[in-house]
Amino acid sequence: MWIKIKRVIRSGFFNFWRNGFVSLSSILVMVVTLFVIGSTIFLGVILQSTLEQIKDKVDINVYFVTTANESDILAMKKSLESLPEVQPPVVYVSREDALAQFKKRHENDQFTLQALDELGDNPLGATLNIKAKDPSQYQTIAEYLNSQGADAAPGTSIIDKVNYYQNKEAIDRLTKIINSADRLGFALTLILVIISILITFNTLRLVIYMSRDEISVMKLVGASNGYIRGPFFVAGAIYGFISAILTLLLFYPITLWLGKTTANFFVGLNVFHYYTENFGQIFLLIVGSGIAIGSISSYLAVRKYLKI
Amino acid sequence: MIHFENVSKIYMDDSVALEDVSFRIAPKEFVSIVGHSGAGKTTLLKMFLGEERPSKGKVFFDSTDIGTLSDQEINEFRRKIGVVFQDFRLLPNKNVYENIAFAMEAAGRTDEEIEADVPHVLELVDLSKKIWNFPHELSGGEKQRVSIARAIVNQPDVVIADEPTGNLDPLNTYDIVQILKKINDLGTTVILTTHNKGVIDSLKKRVLTMENGKIIRDDKEGKYVI
Repeated sequence: MWIKIKRVIRSGFFNFWRNGFVSLSSILVMVVTLFVIGSTIFLGVILQSTLEQIKDKVDINVYFVTTANESDILAMKKSLESLPEVQPPVVYVSREDALAQFKKRHENDQFTLQALDELGDNPLGATLNIKAKDPSQYQTIAEYLNSQGADAAPGTSIIDKVNYYQNKEAIDRLTKIINSADRLGFALTLILVIISILITFNTLRLVIYMSRDEISVMKLVGASNGYIRGPFFVAGAIYGFISAILTLLLFYPITLWLGKTTANFFVGLNVFHYYTENFGQIFLLIVGSGIAIGSISSYLAVRKYLKI
Repeated sequence: MIHFENVSKIYMDDSVALEDVSFRIAPKEFVSIVGHSGAGKTTLLKMFLGEERPSKGKVFFDSTDIGTLSDQEINEFRRKIGVVFQDFRLLPNKNVYENIAFAMEAAGRTDEEIEADVPHVLELVDLSKKIWNFPHELSGGEKQRVSIARAIVNQPDVVIADEPTGNLDPLNTYDIVQILKKINDLGTTVILTTHNKGVIDSLKKRVLTMENGKIIRDDKEGKYVI
């Protein structure tokens, strides 16, 4: 048994080495496949982080009337944080902070500041900034806030306004875009991966088609099916392994270049850092899929010629 | 040892390749099968190798009915038979040594046996000098000698040579026939198919003559008569 395995592996290496040109072209095709698979990983990450960024920018603000008690507001903050839809923490901006922020924003605008001074009193109410765990949940939170306001007797509600309804359309549209981008990305990835696997499979089939006479000779000298398949299986795995290494090398300069350009564009994510930080996982994924695609395709492709 | 019993082969499109063929071949016999192309010679050999099954009748090797063997059993059965083809059918990516070693590996022989037997069998076909060459570096006659070496290296009970001289010049043809005779003298049954009148006439061995899927003559010390 051991001697058979040894012979199969050795003969697989010879097949690979002596079919130099064919091996080279199969490897190139597989590099393309693995490159597609790798790119979809990066694209997914970029899309994901961009969506995260956008989601992070969406929130709803509750504006309180200027006469609202701080303790009431803090109580409401607490009850909001206990809602399952809300992503804690809910940020409380007091009247004083709001004023300070306002002044800072308008520090070059003398007229506004003067007008503010003439008012004497702080015209700004406190606010709560609420983030939902998922954009689709803003509706529920807004409804909850509304019911809070409705509970109080008319004229005594501490909530001045909730800006969800002004932003509703924008938030709804964004939710839709995010969801469909997710779905479209997934579908595209799947299609691309399937196409490239089929191309690889076909290439290896052609390689094995050229060996069909060889396979029939092997059958006629009485070699068992497993013994004939083995070397093709091994050669397929070698194609996969080498292609994977080439692909990983290829990603190095590409992500380095992309990293610089995308870091400015897609806020916060540097593809190159992502690549180097997650190299272990990406390595396993690419090498694993390379070897799997190569060996399984070869294995299946030989089957056709074994029926003599 | 080999026994065809009322064997017919009819293909899907109703074309008849063999019709009610019966004959026996004894151990250590040298039998030539002659006939025009399409007379059924190759079908006959395929039937014996288990590549095709008879539509009617049975093919026996000793007491085994070849038509009933499983795939695995056919693999083992083929290791007892050496085959030589008109187009040599060497593995192009393997050198002479490996081509012959492959047949031994398939039969599950040890590395020591392979190292000992391959040079020996190459000596028998007078090709020791080309042991590390690849098939494309050999002449037609040399390729056929490698193919014969591969066929006999597992010491088969039967060697089948299907038109082994079809692609060779007269001198190489003579050499190949001499080698086949030598193999037969060493005790192996040889079945030869050929078009070559000169080969048959010089052999002075048993000849089966085929025409349209039937055996029309069976001569003890035959000549090429069609």
